[in-house]
Amino acid sequence: MAQDLVLEIAGLEKTFNPGRANAVTAISELDLSVRPREFVSIIGPSGCGKSTLLRLVGGLIDPTAGDLSVNGRSAQEARLARDYGMVFQAAGLLDWRTAVRNVELPLELMGWSKFRRRARAKEMLELVDLDGFASHYPAELSGGMQQRVSIARALSFEPSLLLMDEPFGALDEMTREYMQTELLKIWRETATTVIFITHSIPEAVFLSTRVAVMSPRPARIAAEIPIDLPERAPQVRDTEEFFRSVSLVRRTLRSVEHE
Amino acid sequence: MTDRSTTRRARTRRTLVFAVFLVVLALLYTGYKAFGQAVDDTQRDWWVVGSFLPRSDDKNMPPVLDILAEFGQAPREGGTTIGRLTLDGALFTLREAAVGFAAGTIIGLAIAVVLLQSRRAERGVLPYVIASQTVPLIAIAPIVVVWGRTGLEFLPWEWKDWMSVSLIATYLTFFPVAVNGLRGLQSPSPEASELMQSYAAGRRQVLRRLQLPASLPYLFPALRIAATASVVGAIVGEISAGVRGGLGRLILDFAGKYITGPERLYVAIIGACITGLVAVGVVAAAERLLLARRGIVAQ
Ligand SMILES: Nc1ncnc2c1ncn2[C@@H]1O[C@H](COP(=O)(O)OP(=O)(O)OP(=O)(O)O)[C@@H](O)[C@H]1O
Ligand SMILES: [Mg+2]
Repeated sequence: MAQDLVLEIAGLEKTFNPGRANAVTAISELDLSVRPREFVSIIGPSGCGKSTLLRLVGGLIDPTAGDLSVNGRSAQEARLARDYGMVFQAAGLLDWRTAVRNVELPLELMGWSKFRRRARAKEMLELVDLDGFASHYPAELSGGMQQRVSIARALSFEPSLLLMDEPFGALDEMTREYMQTELLKIWRETATTVIFITHSIPEAVFLSTRVAVMSPRPARIAAEIPIDLPERAPQVRDTEEFFRSVSLVRRTLRSVEHE
Repeated sequence: MTDRSTTRRARTRRTLVFAVFLVVLALLYTGYKAFGQAVDDTQRDWWVVGSFLPRSDDKNMPPVLDILAEFGQAPREGGTTIGRLTLDGALFTLREAAVGFAAGTIIGLAIAVVLLQSRRAERGVLPYVIASQTVPLIAIAPIVVVWGRTGLEFLPWEWKDWMSVSLIATYLTFFPVAVNGLRGLQSPSPEASELMQSYAAGRRQVLRRLQLPASLPYLFPALRIAATASVVGAIVGEISAGVRGGLGRLILDFAGKYITGPERLYVAIIGACITGLVAVGVVAAAERLLLARRGIVAQ
Protein backbone atom coordinates (compact mmCIF):
# COMPACT_ATOMS: atom_id res chain seq x y z
CA MET A 1 0.00 0.00 0.00
CA ALA A 2 1.47 3.29 -1.06
CA GLN A 3 2.43 5.48 1.87
CA ASP A 4 1.98 8.72 -0.04
CA LEU A 5 -1.80 8.35 -0.09
CA VAL A 6 -4.04 9.75 2.63
CA LEU A 7 -6.93 7.64 1.48
CA GLU A 8 -6.93 4.50 -0.60
CA ILE A 9 -10.15 2.67 -1.42
CA ALA A 10 -10.43 -0.43 -3.60
CA GLY A 11 -13.46 -2.57 -4.41
CA LEU A 12 -15.48 -1.04 -1.58
CA GLU A 13 -18.98 -2.38 -1.02
CA LYS A 14 -21.66 -1.49 1.50
CA THR A 15 -24.96 -3.30 1.81
CA PHE A 16 -27.40 -2.23 4.52
CA ASN A 17 -29.46 -5.00 6.15
CA PRO A 18 -27.71 -7.75 4.16
CA GLY A 19 -29.67 -10.92 3.58
CA ARG A 20 -32.98 -9.34 4.50
CA ALA A 21 -35.92 -8.24 2.41
CA ASN A 22 -35.02 -4.58 2.91
CA ALA A 23 -31.37 -5.01 1.89
CA VAL A 24 -29.92 -1.99 0.07
CA THR A 25 -26.60 -2.04 -1.70
CA ALA A 26 -25.57 1.59 -1.51
CA ILE A 27 -21.98 1.23 -2.71
CA SER A 28 -20.37 -1.39 -4.89
CA GLU A 29 -16.96 -1.73 -6.58
CA LEU A 30 -15.88 1.74 -5.56
CA ASP A 31 -12.26 2.82 -6.03
CA LEU A 32 -10.79 6.14 -4.96
CA SER A 33 -7.38 7.46 -3.98
CA VAL A 34 -6.61 10.78 -2.38
CA ARG A 35 -3.15 12.28 -2.01
CA PRO A 36 -2.08 14.61 0.81
CA ARG A 37 -3.22 18.23 0.45
CA GLU A 38 -5.79 17.40 -2.19
CA PHE A 39 -9.26 18.91 -2.15
CA VAL A 40 -11.58 16.29 -3.59
CA SER A 41 -15.26 17.02 -4.13
CA ILE A 42 -17.74 14.20 -4.51
CA ILE A 43 -20.84 14.86 -6.49
CA GLY A 44 -23.61 12.50 -7.56
CA PRO A 45 -27.33 11.90 -7.88
CA SER A 46 -29.40 12.23 -4.72
CA GLY A 47 -29.48 9.07 -2.60
CA CYS A 48 -26.60 7.43 -4.47
CA GLY A 49 -24.50 6.83 -1.36
CA LYS A 50 -22.32 9.92 -0.86
CA SER A 51 -23.00 10.22 2.86
CA THR A 52 -22.56 6.48 3.19
CA LEU A 53 -19.13 6.73 1.57
CA LEU A 54 -18.12 9.49 3.95
CA ARG A 55 -19.30 7.52 6.97
CA LEU A 56 -17.36 4.49 5.75
CA VAL A 57 -14.22 6.58 5.36
CA GLY A 58 -14.80 8.06 8.81
CA GLY A 59 -15.09 4.63 10.41
CA LEU A 60 -18.62 5.33 11.64
CA ILE A 61 -19.92 2.27 9.78
CA ASP A 62 -18.10 -0.80 8.50
CA PRO A 63 -17.92 -1.85 4.84
CA THR A 64 -19.42 -5.14 3.69
CA ALA A 65 -16.41 -5.85 1.47
CA GLY A 66 -13.36 -4.16 -0.02
CA ASP A 67 -10.27 -2.35 1.19
CA LEU A 68 -10.20 1.05 2.77
CA SER A 69 -7.09 2.52 4.31
CA VAL A 70 -6.43 5.93 5.78
CA ASN A 71 -2.79 6.85 6.23
CA GLY A 72 -2.06 3.15 5.94
CA ARG A 73 -4.49 2.19 8.70
CA SER A 74 -8.03 0.83 8.77
CA ALA A 75 -10.85 3.35 9.10
CA GLN A 76 -11.55 2.21 12.66
CA GLU A 77 -7.92 2.61 13.68
CA ALA A 78 -7.78 5.99 12.02
CA ARG A 79 -10.93 7.08 13.84
CA LEU A 80 -9.51 5.98 17.19
CA ALA A 81 -6.29 7.80 16.30
CA ARG A 82 -8.40 10.91 15.64
CA ASP A 83 -7.36 11.29 12.04
CA TYR A 84 -10.72 12.83 11.07
CA GLY A 85 -12.44 16.11 11.43
CA MET A 86 -16.08 15.89 10.38
CA VAL A 87 -18.49 18.62 9.37
CA PHE A 88 -22.13 17.87 8.53
CA GLN A 89 -24.89 19.89 6.94
CA ALA A 90 -26.26 20.65 10.41
CA ALA A 91 -23.61 22.45 12.46
CA GLY A 92 -24.42 20.15 15.38
CA LEU A 93 -23.13 22.50 18.06
CA LEU A 94 -23.99 21.76 21.68
CA ASP A 95 -26.39 24.56 22.52
CA TRP A 96 -25.38 24.69 26.21
CA ARG A 97 -21.79 25.51 25.30
CA THR A 98 -20.44 28.82 24.08
CA ALA A 99 -18.70 28.95 20.70
CA VAL A 100 -15.25 28.64 22.23
CA ARG A 101 -16.31 25.73 24.44
CA ASN A 102 -17.81 23.96 21.45
CA VAL A 103 -14.47 24.22 19.68
CA GLU A 104 -12.81 22.91 22.83
CA LEU A 105 -15.01 19.81 23.00
CA PRO A 106 -12.82 17.40 21.00
CA LEU A 107 -9.71 18.69 22.79
CA GLU A 108 -11.43 18.13 26.13
CA LEU A 109 -12.20 14.54 25.15
CA MET A 110 -8.58 14.10 24.18
CA GLY A 111 -7.45 15.22 27.61
CA TRP A 112 -5.82 18.53 26.74
CA SER A 113 -5.22 20.87 29.66
CA LYS A 114 -7.69 23.71 30.09
CA PHE A 115 -5.08 26.31 29.27
CA ARG A 116 -3.88 24.64 26.08
CA ARG A 117 -7.31 23.91 24.71
CA ARG A 118 -8.59 27.41 25.41
CA ALA A 119 -5.61 28.88 23.59
CA ARG A 120 -6.08 26.56 20.62
CA ALA A 121 -9.84 27.15 20.46
CA LYS A 122 -9.30 30.93 20.41
CA GLU A 123 -6.79 30.46 17.62
CA MET A 124 -9.26 28.37 15.60
CA LEU A 125 -12.04 30.92 16.07
CA GLU A 126 -9.66 33.54 14.75
CA LEU A 127 -8.99 31.34 11.73
CA VAL A 128 -12.71 31.33 10.89
CA ASP A 129 -13.04 35.06 11.65
CA LEU A 130 -15.13 34.62 14.77
CA ASP A 131 -12.75 35.93 17.42
CA GLY A 132 -15.39 38.38 18.64
CA PHE A 133 -17.96 35.66 19.24
CA ALA A 134 -16.08 33.26 21.53
CA SER A 135 -18.51 33.62 24.42
CA HIS A 136 -21.69 33.58 22.33
CA TYR A 137 -24.06 30.63 22.52
CA PRO A 138 -25.09 28.87 19.29
CA ALA A 139 -28.59 30.33 19.61
CA GLU A 140 -27.01 33.77 19.31
CA LEU A 141 -25.14 32.96 16.07
CA SER A 142 -26.36 32.92 12.46
CA GLY A 143 -26.40 29.68 10.46
CA GLY A 144 -23.19 30.60 8.65
CA MET A 145 -21.45 31.51 11.91
CA GLN A 146 -22.54 28.23 13.49
CA GLN A 147 -21.13 26.34 10.52
CA ARG A 148 -17.84 28.21 10.89
CA VAL A 149 -17.68 27.22 14.55
CA SER A 150 -18.29 23.65 13.46
CA ILE A 151 -15.39 23.90 10.98
CA ALA A 152 -13.16 25.39 13.67
CA ARG A 153 -14.11 22.50 15.93
CA ALA A 154 -13.30 19.93 13.25
CA LEU A 155 -9.89 21.51 12.62
CA SER A 156 -8.99 22.13 16.27
CA PHE A 157 -7.10 18.86 16.73
CA GLU A 158 -5.35 19.09 13.37
CA PRO A 159 -6.85 16.02 11.74
CA SER A 160 -5.05 14.79 8.67
CA LEU A 161 -8.35 14.40 6.83
CA LEU A 162 -11.30 16.77 6.83
CA LEU A 163 -14.59 15.08 5.88
CA MET A 164 -17.40 17.44 4.94
CA ASP A 165 -20.95 16.37 4.04
CA GLU A 166 -22.80 19.23 2.32
CA PRO A 167 -21.53 21.65 4.94
CA PHE A 168 -22.93 24.72 3.17
CA GLY A 169 -26.15 23.08 1.96
CA ALA A 170 -28.35 24.98 4.39
CA LEU A 171 -26.85 28.41 3.69
CA ASP A 172 -28.02 31.15 1.34
CA GLU A 173 -26.07 31.84 -1.85
CA MET A 174 -24.15 34.88 -0.55
CA THR A 175 -23.10 33.25 2.71
CA ARG A 176 -22.24 30.15 0.79
CA GLU A 177 -19.79 31.90 -1.53
CA TYR A 178 -18.25 33.67 1.42
CA MET A 179 -17.85 30.36 3.26
CA GLN A 180 -16.25 28.78 0.21
CA THR A 181 -13.60 31.49 0.14
CA GLU A 182 -13.05 31.04 3.88
CA LEU A 183 -12.70 27.30 3.50
CA LEU A 184 -10.11 27.69 0.74
CA LYS A 185 -8.17 30.07 2.95
CA ILE A 186 -8.25 27.58 5.80
CA TRP A 187 -7.30 24.73 3.51
CA ARG A 188 -4.25 26.65 2.32
CA GLU A 189 -3.23 27.70 5.83
CA THR A 190 -3.64 24.30 7.49
CA ALA A 191 -2.34 21.89 4.86
CA THR A 192 -5.32 19.59 5.42
CA THR A 193 -6.66 17.09 2.95
CA VAL A 194 -10.35 17.64 2.29
CA ILE A 195 -13.10 15.35 1.04
CA PHE A 196 -16.11 17.47 0.31
CA ILE A 197 -19.60 16.31 -0.61
CA THR A 198 -21.87 18.74 -2.40
CA HIS A 199 -24.88 19.00 -4.69
CA SER A 200 -23.62 22.18 -6.27
CA ILE A 201 -21.48 21.83 -9.36
CA PRO A 202 -20.07 25.39 -9.25
CA GLU A 203 -19.17 24.87 -5.61
CA ALA A 204 -17.33 21.63 -6.43
CA VAL A 205 -15.46 23.28 -9.31
CA PHE A 206 -14.52 26.38 -7.34
CA LEU A 207 -13.18 24.49 -4.33
CA SER A 208 -11.59 21.35 -5.67
CA THR A 209 -8.40 20.15 -7.17
CA ARG A 210 -10.43 17.18 -8.36
CA VAL A 211 -14.11 16.36 -8.73
CA ALA A 212 -15.22 12.74 -8.36
CA VAL A 213 -18.57 11.93 -9.95
CA MET A 214 -20.55 9.08 -8.43
CA SER A 215 -22.95 6.86 -10.37
CA PRO A 216 -26.51 6.12 -9.21
CA ARG A 217 -26.96 3.35 -6.66
CA PRO A 218 -25.13 0.99 -6.28
CA ALA A 219 -22.59 3.75 -6.44
CA ARG A 220 -19.05 3.75 -7.71
CA ILE A 221 -16.79 6.58 -8.81
CA ALA A 222 -17.79 6.88 -12.47
CA ALA A 223 -15.45 9.70 -13.46
CA GLU A 224 -12.76 11.91 -11.99
CA ILE A 225 -12.25 15.38 -13.36
CA PRO A 226 -9.12 17.32 -12.44
CA ILE A 227 -9.83 21.02 -12.01
CA ASP A 228 -7.08 23.39 -12.99
CA LEU A 229 -8.02 26.97 -12.30
CA PRO A 230 -5.30 29.65 -12.43
CA GLU A 231 -6.31 31.17 -9.08
CA ARG A 232 -9.12 30.52 -6.65
CA ALA A 233 -10.35 33.98 -5.92
CA PRO A 234 -14.08 34.84 -6.03
CA GLN A 235 -13.78 36.51 -9.44
CA VAL A 236 -12.61 33.24 -11.02
CA ARG A 237 -16.29 32.26 -11.00
CA ASP A 238 -16.86 34.64 -13.90
CA THR A 239 -14.08 33.32 -16.14
CA GLU A 240 -14.32 31.22 -19.27
CA GLU A 241 -12.23 28.43 -17.73
CA PHE A 242 -14.54 28.18 -14.76
CA PHE A 243 -17.60 27.85 -17.01
CA ARG A 244 -15.86 25.20 -19.08
CA SER A 245 -15.11 23.09 -16.00
CA VAL A 246 -18.63 23.52 -14.66
CA SER A 247 -20.07 22.44 -17.96
CA LEU A 248 -17.75 19.44 -18.18
CA VAL A 249 -18.79 18.24 -14.73
CA ARG A 250 -22.44 18.80 -15.58
CA ARG A 251 -22.21 16.77 -18.80
CA THR A 252 -20.38 13.98 -17.00
CA LEU A 253 -22.98 13.87 -14.24
CA ARG A 254 -25.78 13.75 -16.81
CA SER A 255 -24.19 10.93 -18.79
CA VAL A 256 -23.57 8.99 -15.58
CA GLU A 257 -27.18 9.37 -14.47
CA HIS A 258 -28.47 7.91 -17.76
CA GLU A 259 -26.07 5.03 -17.96
CA MET B 1 -26.68 43.84 31.55
CA THR B 2 -30.12 44.45 30.12
CA ASP B 3 -30.75 40.70 30.17
CA ARG B 4 -30.36 40.46 33.90
CA SER B 5 -32.47 43.52 34.65
CA THR B 6 -35.30 42.19 32.49
CA THR B 7 -35.26 38.84 34.26
CA ARG B 8 -35.24 40.61 37.60
CA ARG B 9 -38.16 42.76 36.52
CA ALA B 10 -39.99 39.66 35.34
CA ARG B 11 -39.40 38.03 38.70
CA THR B 12 -40.70 41.06 40.61
CA ARG B 13 -43.77 41.04 38.40
CA ARG B 14 -44.36 37.35 39.06
CA THR B 15 -44.11 37.89 42.82
CA LEU B 16 -46.57 40.76 42.55
CA VAL B 17 -49.00 38.71 40.49
CA PHE B 18 -48.82 35.94 43.06
CA ALA B 19 -49.54 38.37 45.93
CA VAL B 20 -52.52 39.77 44.01
CA PHE B 21 -53.69 36.20 43.37
CA LEU B 22 -53.63 35.46 47.12
CA VAL B 23 -55.57 38.62 47.92
CA VAL B 24 -58.15 37.81 45.23
CA LEU B 25 -58.47 34.29 46.66
CA ALA B 26 -59.07 35.68 50.14
CA LEU B 27 -61.59 38.17 48.76
CA LEU B 28 -63.49 35.47 46.84
CA TYR B 29 -63.60 33.33 49.98
CA THR B 30 -64.84 36.25 52.05
CA GLY B 31 -67.29 37.32 49.36
CA TYR B 32 -68.78 33.83 49.05
CA LYS B 33 -69.10 33.69 52.82
CA ALA B 34 -70.77 37.10 53.00
CA PHE B 35 -73.16 36.11 50.22
CA GLY B 36 -74.04 32.85 51.97
CA GLN B 37 -74.69 34.70 55.21
CA ALA B 38 -76.78 37.33 53.46
CA VAL B 39 -79.05 34.76 51.78
CA ASP B 40 -79.02 32.70 54.98
CA ASP B 41 -77.90 29.39 53.54
CA THR B 42 -78.67 27.59 56.82
CA GLN B 43 -82.21 27.35 55.51
CA ARG B 44 -80.88 25.00 52.83
CA ASP B 45 -83.41 26.24 50.34
CA TRP B 46 -80.74 28.04 48.37
CA TRP B 47 -79.82 25.30 45.92
CA VAL B 48 -76.15 25.87 45.43
CA VAL B 49 -74.68 27.78 48.33
CA GLY B 50 -75.01 25.76 51.52
CA SER B 51 -76.12 22.46 50.05
CA PHE B 52 -74.22 21.66 46.92
CA LEU B 53 -71.38 24.00 47.90
CA PRO B 54 -70.07 24.33 51.46
CA ARG B 55 -72.08 26.28 53.99
CA SER B 56 -70.80 29.68 54.88
CA ASP B 57 -71.11 29.63 58.67
CA ASP B 58 -67.99 30.04 60.81
CA LYS B 59 -67.77 26.29 61.51
CA ASN B 60 -67.40 25.40 57.86
CA MET B 61 -65.70 28.54 56.67
CA PRO B 62 -63.90 30.40 59.41
CA PRO B 63 -63.25 34.08 58.53
CA VAL B 64 -59.92 34.75 56.83
CA LEU B 65 -58.74 36.98 59.66
CA ASP B 66 -59.56 34.28 62.24
CA ILE B 67 -57.46 31.80 60.27
CA LEU B 68 -54.55 34.23 60.13
CA ALA B 69 -54.92 34.95 63.87
CA GLU B 70 -54.86 31.20 64.57
CA PHE B 71 -51.18 31.10 63.53
CA GLY B 72 -50.34 32.93 66.77
CA GLN B 73 -52.72 31.02 69.07
CA ALA B 74 -51.49 28.32 71.43
CA PRO B 75 -53.73 25.28 72.15
CA ARG B 76 -52.52 25.29 75.75
CA GLU B 77 -51.94 28.44 77.78
CA GLY B 78 -48.33 29.57 77.25
CA GLY B 79 -47.58 26.52 75.02
CA THR B 80 -46.39 26.27 71.43
CA THR B 81 -48.39 28.28 68.90
CA ILE B 82 -50.29 26.65 66.05
CA GLY B 83 -48.06 28.47 63.58
CA ARG B 84 -44.99 27.04 65.26
CA LEU B 85 -46.43 23.54 65.35
CA THR B 86 -47.20 23.81 61.66
CA LEU B 87 -43.71 25.08 60.87
CA ASP B 88 -42.12 22.21 62.80
CA GLY B 89 -44.39 19.73 61.06
CA ALA B 90 -43.62 21.29 57.69
CA LEU B 91 -39.87 21.05 58.25
CA PHE B 92 -40.22 17.43 59.32
CA THR B 93 -42.26 16.59 56.24
CA LEU B 94 -39.95 18.60 54.01
CA ARG B 95 -36.98 16.59 55.25
CA GLU B 96 -38.77 13.32 54.51
CA ALA B 97 -39.73 14.59 51.07
CA ALA B 98 -36.25 15.96 50.30
CA VAL B 99 -34.44 12.76 51.27
CA GLY B 100 -36.91 10.69 49.28
CA PHE B 101 -36.73 13.08 46.34
CA ALA B 102 -32.94 12.95 46.26
CA ALA B 103 -32.90 9.15 46.44
CA GLY B 104 -35.63 8.95 43.79
CA THR B 105 -33.74 11.26 41.45
CA ILE B 106 -30.58 9.18 41.74
CA ILE B 107 -32.44 5.89 41.27
CA GLY B 108 -34.48 7.31 38.39
CA LEU B 109 -31.38 8.56 36.60
CA ALA B 110 -29.61 5.26 37.19
CA ILE B 111 -32.54 3.39 35.64
CA ALA B 112 -32.57 5.80 32.68
CA VAL B 113 -28.84 5.33 32.09
CA VAL B 114 -29.19 1.53 32.24
CA LEU B 115 -32.17 1.52 29.86
CA LEU B 116 -30.24 3.80 27.53
CA GLN B 117 -27.68 1.08 26.90
CA SER B 118 -29.94 -1.12 24.83
CA ARG B 119 -33.28 -0.97 23.08
CA ARG B 120 -34.00 -4.45 24.33
CA ALA B 121 -33.49 -3.45 27.97
CA GLU B 122 -35.74 -0.47 27.37
CA ARG B 123 -38.51 -2.57 25.84
CA GLY B 124 -38.17 -5.23 28.52
CA VAL B 125 -37.99 -3.06 31.62
CA LEU B 126 -39.93 0.13 30.88
CA PRO B 127 -43.37 -1.56 31.14
CA TYR B 128 -42.49 -2.67 34.68
CA VAL B 129 -41.39 0.81 35.61
CA ILE B 130 -44.75 2.09 34.41
CA ALA B 131 -46.66 -0.74 36.13
CA SER B 132 -44.90 0.11 39.40
CA GLN B 133 -46.92 3.31 39.59
CA THR B 134 -50.27 1.53 39.61
CA VAL B 135 -49.66 0.26 43.16
CA PRO B 136 -51.87 2.38 45.45
CA LEU B 137 -49.76 4.51 47.74
CA ILE B 138 -52.19 4.45 50.67
CA ALA B 139 -52.06 0.67 50.67
CA ILE B 140 -48.31 0.27 50.62
CA ALA B 141 -47.43 3.03 53.10
CA PRO B 142 -48.25 1.01 56.25
CA ILE B 143 -46.49 -2.03 54.80
CA VAL B 144 -43.36 0.02 54.18
CA VAL B 145 -43.37 1.31 57.76
CA VAL B 146 -43.79 -2.16 59.23
CA TRP B 147 -41.13 -3.51 56.90
CA GLY B 148 -38.83 -0.67 57.94
CA ARG B 149 -39.33 -1.46 61.63
CA THR B 150 -38.74 -5.18 61.33
CA GLY B 151 -36.96 -6.02 58.15
CA LEU B 152 -34.13 -3.55 57.83
CA GLU B 153 -31.94 -4.48 60.77
CA PHE B 154 -29.01 -5.31 58.52
CA LEU B 155 -28.54 -1.64 57.65
CA PRO B 156 -25.51 0.09 59.21
CA TRP B 157 -27.75 2.88 60.53
CA GLU B 158 -30.90 2.78 62.60
CA TRP B 159 -34.00 2.88 60.41
CA LYS B 160 -36.50 5.50 61.57
CA ASP B 161 -40.18 5.63 60.67
CA TRP B 162 -39.74 8.87 58.74
CA MET B 163 -37.34 7.09 56.42
CA SER B 164 -40.17 4.79 55.41
CA VAL B 165 -42.15 7.86 54.46
CA SER B 166 -39.14 9.07 52.47
CA LEU B 167 -39.21 5.78 50.66
CA ILE B 168 -42.71 6.63 49.48
CA ALA B 169 -41.45 9.95 48.13
CA THR B 170 -38.64 8.03 46.42
CA TYR B 171 -41.20 5.75 44.85
CA LEU B 172 -43.11 8.69 43.43
CA THR B 173 -39.98 10.51 42.23
CA PHE B 174 -38.03 7.81 40.46
CA PHE B 175 -40.75 7.21 37.90
CA PRO B 176 -41.03 10.60 36.15
CA VAL B 177 -37.25 11.01 36.44
CA ALA B 178 -36.59 7.64 34.79
CA VAL B 179 -39.11 8.14 31.99
CA ASN B 180 -38.28 11.76 31.14
CA GLY B 181 -34.61 11.23 31.86
CA LEU B 182 -34.47 8.43 29.32
CA ARG B 183 -36.18 10.60 26.71
CA GLY B 184 -33.71 13.39 27.44
CA LEU B 185 -30.70 11.08 27.25
CA GLN B 186 -31.96 9.89 23.87
CA SER B 187 -32.59 13.42 22.62
CA PRO B 188 -29.21 14.22 20.97
CA SER B 189 -29.37 13.99 17.16
CA PRO B 190 -27.67 11.11 15.33
CA GLU B 191 -25.20 13.70 13.97
CA ALA B 192 -24.19 14.73 17.47
CA SER B 193 -23.65 11.09 18.41
CA GLU B 194 -21.62 10.41 15.26
CA LEU B 195 -19.56 13.49 15.97
CA MET B 196 -18.70 12.15 19.41
CA GLN B 197 -17.87 8.83 17.77
CA SER B 198 -15.57 10.62 15.32
CA TYR B 199 -13.67 12.05 18.30
CA ALA B 200 -13.31 8.46 19.54
CA ALA B 201 -15.24 9.40 22.68
CA GLY B 202 -15.94 6.59 25.13
CA ARG B 203 -19.40 5.71 26.37
CA ARG B 204 -18.85 7.55 29.62
CA GLN B 205 -17.61 10.67 27.87
CA VAL B 206 -20.65 10.65 25.60
CA LEU B 207 -22.88 10.34 28.66
CA ARG B 208 -21.18 13.13 30.55
CA ARG B 209 -20.57 15.66 27.75
CA LEU B 210 -23.52 15.02 25.49
CA GLN B 211 -26.37 12.96 26.86
CA LEU B 212 -26.63 14.23 30.43
CA PRO B 213 -26.50 17.93 29.54
CA ALA B 214 -28.98 17.32 26.72
CA SER B 215 -31.35 15.61 29.14
CA LEU B 216 -31.67 18.55 31.54
CA PRO B 217 -34.50 20.35 29.73
CA TYR B 218 -36.44 17.06 29.79
CA LEU B 219 -35.51 16.31 33.36
CA PHE B 220 -36.60 19.51 35.05
CA PRO B 221 -40.33 19.27 34.27
CA ALA B 222 -40.19 15.77 35.78
CA LEU B 223 -38.35 17.07 38.83
CA ARG B 224 -40.94 19.78 39.34
CA ILE B 225 -43.74 17.22 39.24
CA ALA B 226 -41.74 14.93 41.51
CA ALA B 227 -41.13 17.74 44.02
CA THR B 228 -44.84 18.29 44.64
CA ALA B 229 -45.54 14.57 44.49
CA SER B 230 -42.87 14.00 47.14
CA VAL B 231 -44.48 16.45 49.55
CA VAL B 232 -48.01 15.18 48.94
CA GLY B 233 -46.74 11.59 49.08
CA ALA B 234 -44.99 12.27 52.37
CA ILE B 235 -48.13 13.78 53.92
CA VAL B 236 -50.35 10.95 52.70
CA GLY B 237 -47.72 8.44 53.82
CA GLU B 238 -47.60 9.94 57.32
CA ILE B 239 -51.37 9.81 57.62
CA SER B 240 -51.78 6.32 56.30
CA ALA B 241 -48.83 4.84 58.21
CA GLY B 242 -49.40 6.83 61.40
CA VAL B 243 -45.96 8.42 61.49
CA ARG B 244 -45.75 11.30 64.00
CA GLY B 245 -43.95 14.61 63.74
CA GLY B 246 -45.00 15.86 60.32
CA LEU B 247 -47.79 17.73 58.61
CA GLY B 248 -49.76 14.54 57.97
CA ARG B 249 -50.13 13.80 61.65
CA LEU B 250 -50.91 17.44 62.35
CA ILE B 251 -53.69 17.46 59.76
CA LEU B 252 -55.11 14.28 61.28
CA ASP B 253 -55.01 15.79 64.81
CA PHE B 254 -56.55 19.07 63.76
CA ALA B 255 -59.24 17.31 61.75
CA GLY B 256 -60.17 15.42 64.91
CA LYS B 257 -60.59 18.69 66.78
CA TYR B 258 -62.37 20.39 63.93
CA ILE B 259 -65.57 21.03 65.91
CA THR B 260 -63.78 23.07 68.57
CA GLY B 261 -61.39 24.90 66.25
CA PRO B 262 -61.78 24.63 62.49
CA GLU B 263 -59.22 27.42 61.93
CA ARG B 264 -56.37 25.09 62.91
CA LEU B 265 -57.03 22.70 60.07
CA TYR B 266 -56.94 25.62 57.65
CA VAL B 267 -53.59 26.68 59.08
CA ALA B 268 -52.20 23.18 58.57
CA ILE B 269 -53.52 23.08 55.01
CA ILE B 270 -51.95 26.45 54.24
CA GLY B 271 -48.74 25.08 55.74
CA ALA B 272 -48.93 22.06 53.42
CA CYS B 273 -49.44 24.33 50.39
CA ILE B 274 -46.46 26.49 51.32
CA THR B 275 -44.33 23.38 51.82
CA GLY B 276 -45.20 22.19 48.32
CA LEU B 277 -44.42 25.63 46.90
CA VAL B 278 -41.05 25.69 48.65
CA ALA B 279 -40.20 22.30 47.17
CA VAL B 280 -41.10 23.42 43.64
CA GLY B 281 -39.34 26.74 44.20
CA VAL B 282 -36.06 25.04 45.04
CA VAL B 283 -36.25 22.92 41.88
CA ALA B 284 -37.15 25.96 39.76
CA ALA B 285 -34.20 27.89 41.19
CA ALA B 286 -31.86 25.03 40.36
CA GLU B 287 -33.32 24.92 36.86
CA ARG B 288 -32.74 28.63 36.32
CA LEU B 289 -29.20 28.30 37.60
CA LEU B 290 -28.37 25.39 35.28
CA LEU B 291 -30.31 26.29 32.17
CA ALA B 292 -30.02 30.07 32.08
CA ARG B 293 -26.40 29.64 30.98
CA ARG B 294 -27.53 28.16 27.69
CA GLY B 295 -28.11 31.43 25.96
CA ILE B 296 -31.76 30.64 25.51
CA VAL B 297 -33.19 32.66 28.36
CA ALA B 298 -35.31 30.28 30.40
CA GLN B 299 -38.83 31.41 31.22
N1 LIG C 1 -28.62 3.31 8.04
C1 LIG C 1 -29.15 2.93 6.87
N2 LIG C 1 -29.92 1.84 6.79
C2 LIG C 1 -30.44 1.44 5.61
N3 LIG C 1 -30.27 2.07 4.45
C3 LIG C 1 -29.51 3.17 4.44
C4 LIG C 1 -28.92 3.67 5.66
N4 LIG C 1 -28.22 4.79 5.36
C5 LIG C 1 -28.38 4.98 4.04
N5 LIG C 1 -29.15 4.02 3.48
C6 LIG C 1 -29.49 3.91 2.07
O1 LIG C 1 -28.32 4.04 1.30
C7 LIG C 1 -28.55 4.82 0.16
C8 LIG C 1 -27.55 5.96 0.09
O2 LIG C 1 -27.79 6.86 1.15
P1 LIG C 1 -26.90 8.14 1.38
O3 LIG C 1 -27.42 8.86 2.55
O4 LIG C 1 -25.49 7.73 1.44
O5 LIG C 1 -27.16 8.96 0.05
P2 LIG C 1 -26.61 10.40 -0.34
O6 LIG C 1 -25.92 10.25 -1.64
O7 LIG C 1 -25.87 11.01 0.78
O8 LIG C 1 -27.98 11.17 -0.57
P3 LIG C 1 -28.24 12.73 -0.49
O9 LIG C 1 -27.65 13.31 -1.71
O10 LIG C 1 -29.74 12.83 -0.52
O11 LIG C 1 -27.62 13.23 0.76
C9 LIG C 1 -29.99 5.28 0.21
O12 LIG C 1 -30.75 4.48 -0.67
C10 LIG C 1 -30.39 5.04 1.63
O13 LIG C 1 -31.73 4.65 1.69
MG1 LIG D 1 -26.20 12.68 2.07
